[in-house]
Amino acid sequence: MGKVLAVTGNQAIAEAMRQINPDVCAAYPITPSTEVMQRFAAFVADGKVDTELVTVESEHSAMSACIGASAAGGRVMTATSSQGLALMWEMLHIASGMRMPIVMTLVNRALSAPINIHGDHSDGMGARDCGWVQLWSENGQEAYDNLIQAIRIAEHEDVRLPAMVNMDGFIISHSIESMEFLPDDVVKDFIGEYKPKNPLLDIENPVTMGPLVLPDYFMEFKRQQHEAMLHVKDVVLEVAKEFEKVSGRSYGLFEAYRLDDAELAIVVLNSAAGTCKDVIDEYRDRGIKVGLLKPRLFRPFPYEEVAEALSGVKVIGVLDRAESFGGFGPMYMEIASAMMTNGSKPIMINKIYGLGGRDFMPEHAAMVIDELKEIAETGKVKLYKDYLGVRE
Amino acid sequence: MSTTPLRLKELSKKEDLLTGGHRMCAGCGAPIAIRQVLLAAEMPVVVANATGCLEVSTTIYPYSAWKVPWIHTAFENAAATLSGVEAMYRALKKKGKIKERIKFIAFGGDGGTYDIGFQSLSGAMERGHDIVYICYDNGAYMNTGIQRSSATPLGANTTTSPAGKVIPGKLQPRKNLTKIMAAHGIPYVAQTTPAHWRDLMTKVRKALEVDGPAFINVLSSCNRGWRTPTDRAIEDCKLAVETCFWPLYEYENGKLTINQKPKEKKPVVEFLKTQGRFKHLFSPENEHLLKKAQELVDKEWEDLLREERMWKAEEGE
Repeated sequence: MGKVLAVTGNQAIAEAMRQINPDVCAAYPITPSTEVMQRFAAFVADGKVDTELVTVESEHSAMSACIGASAAGGRVMTATSSQGLALMWEMLHIASGMRMPIVMTLVNRALSAPINIHGDHSDGMGARDCGWVQLWSENGQEAYDNLIQAIRIAEHEDVRLPAMVNMDGFIISHSIESMEFLPDDVVKDFIGEYKPKNPLLDIENPVTMGPLVLPDYFMEFKRQQHEAMLHVKDVVLEVAKEFEKVSGRSYGLFEAYRLDDAELAIVVLNSAAGTCKDVIDEYRDRGIKVGLLKPRLFRPFPYEEVAEALSGVKVIGVLDRAESFGGFGPMYMEIASAMMTNGSKPIMINKIYGLGGRDFMPEHAAMVIDELKEIAETGKVKLYKDYLGVRE
Repeated sequence: MSTTPLRLKELSKKEDLLTGGHRMCAGCGAPIAIRQVLLAAEMPVVVANATGCLEVSTTIYPYSAWKVPWIHTAFENAAATLSGVEAMYRALKKKGKIKERIKFIAFGGDGGTYDIGFQSLSGAMERGHDIVYICYDNGAYMNTGIQRSSATPLGANTTTSPAGKVIPGKLQPRKNLTKIMAAHGIPYVAQTTPAHWRDLMTKVRKALEVDGPAFINVLSSCNRGWRTPTDRAIEDCKLAVETCFWPLYEYENGKLTINQKPKEKKPVVEFLKTQGRFKHLFSPENEHLLKKAQELVDKEWEDLLREERMWKAEEGE
C-alpha cells in the first residue's frame, strides 16, 4: 500500500507526473492548472525526474512542441485549462489525427467572455470532438488514478491516441483531500517503457509525418481514427482491471451509484457527483428510489453500456456544467443518444448548473430530485432545459 | 569527418535529399534553396516544415519527396514543433537511447515566419533550442494565391494589396525580419539567396555548426507572385543583391559581416522593372513610390555599412 497524504488536486497530478517521469513536457501557465507545471518544474530543477521541460511562449506552441516531441519518439505530457485549451484547439485535432499518445491534464475552467477563472466544463466539452480520449474525475484521487491509467490507454497498441484527464478547477485542483499514492516503483512498472512507433528520430528509416492528404485517401485516415476510438472502451476496462490489482481501487466506464432499482436518476460529471450522492442517500432513507450515473469515459462515449445502466429509470435529470447555446447541454445530448440504442424512453430533463464556479449545493441536488419525482408522478415536464441556481 | 568541399564537382556526387518529382512550380526559387541547404548538411538532419507551398507540393500522400525525416503539423508553429522534436532528442540522448549527432532544420515561407509563425519562432529562439530556422521569403502568401504578408515590399501588387485606381499596391515597407532575429542575440543569423549558392551553403554550415539557435533568411523568387518568366529565378535574386534590396550579410555571435558589396550599386528599379508585381509603379503618378523604394534600400544599406564600420573600428583599436 502506498502513502496516504493530504494534498490538493494539482499536487496529486504533479506527483503522478513525477512518478510517470515523461521524456518531454511542454507547458504554459494558466489558472487553475498552473500549479501542476510549477510543482513539476521544481521536480525537474531538483533532478527528481529526467524530463526535458519546454517552457513555451503559448499553449499553441505547448501542444505543437508536444506533438513534435511525441513524433520524435518518447512519452509526452502537459497540463492546461480553459483559454489555454481553446488556444490549443487547432493542435488538439492534429495531435489525434497524427495519432500521438500525448497525455494531458485539463483542470476544467470556464471560457471567456466574461473572463472567469473558476471551474466549469466548457473547456473540456468544447474539445469533445477533437479526437482525444477523455476521462473525467470526481476528486483528486480519481484524477491521480486516471492520469496513470491514461498513459496505458493512450499508448496502447490498439489505440495510439492522445488522452486528457479532466478535473474540476479550484473545487478539486485547489482543495486539500486525503489521498492514497502508489509507490514509485509500482507506477513505473504499471506504465512500462514507452514503445515508439516509426519515430521521427530514426535516421536510418526516414518517415514523412503530416503530409497533404487529398480526397483520394482522407476518409481512410479518418476511418482509422474512428477504429482506434472503437478500441478504447475495451482497453479502458482492461487497464482498470490491472490498476485494481496494484491499487485496490476499481474503475469502470462510469460509476453507477444506487442505480440498480432506481426509478429516478441524476447523470452528472466530476465533483458535483459527490454532492449528489450524499443527497441521494438522504432520499433513499426516505424510500425514494433515486440513483446516479457519473460518466468516467466521455470520449469515446459508452452509449450501449450507459443505456443498459439507465434502462429501468423512468425520469432522468442530466446535469451539465457547460452550455451549448441553442442546444441541450453536451451531456444531455449524449444521454439522449445513448437511450436511442436500446429503445427505452425515459423522460429526460436538462439542468445547466455551476457555470464559472457557481457553487453546486446539496439543496440544488434536492431540487432536481424533487422535480424528477414530480415528473414521475404527473408525467408533465415544465421545461426540458433550465438553469439551476441562477438569478432570473 | 571530412567535409565535402563547396565545389560543384564534389557536391554533384552527394545524394539529393529532396528528390525530383515534387510538384513545386517550374521556376520556383524555394526547392533550389532547399536542395542547397540539404546538400550543405554534413550530418543527419530532421526537418520540420510550416504549411505552405513547399509542404503541400512535396508530400502529396502517398508520395514524399523527402529522404530525410520530415514533419509538418500546422502553419504557425514549425519552430515550436521542431523545438519539441529537439527536446525529445536531448531527452533520449541523455538516456543513451540515441547515439548519433542529429541537427534540426525548420523551413517556413514568409507568411509562416514573418507573420503567423513569428511568435513561435521568437519563443524557440529565446529558449535556445539547437535548431536552424530557414525562411524562404518570396514576399507574399503564394500558396493561397499571392496575398500580401509583412514581407511584401512597398508598392507590390498582390491579391490583397491590389494596385487599384486609388491605392497603388502595398502601402507599407517590408518588415526587416533578419534584423529582428539578430536582436534575439542568438549565435547565428544571416540572409542570402539561392543565386549565391556558395554563400548560402557556407551559411547553412555555419548555422548547423553553432551550438544553439540559428536563423537564415533566404530570398526566394516566385514566378507566379512576382509575375516573371520561369527562367528568371536566379537572375532576379542576383539583381536583389546587386541593387542592395537584399544584401548578403551575417551576424556571428552578434558581429555583423557584409558578405558581398556590389562594386556598383544598381538602382532598385533594376530589380523592380523585371517583375509584373511592380509594373504599375512605373506609371508617372507612382513615381513617388519608386523614389520611396530607393530611399528604403539606401537607408538599410547605409545602416549596414555604418554598423560594419563600427565593428571594424572596434577591432582596429
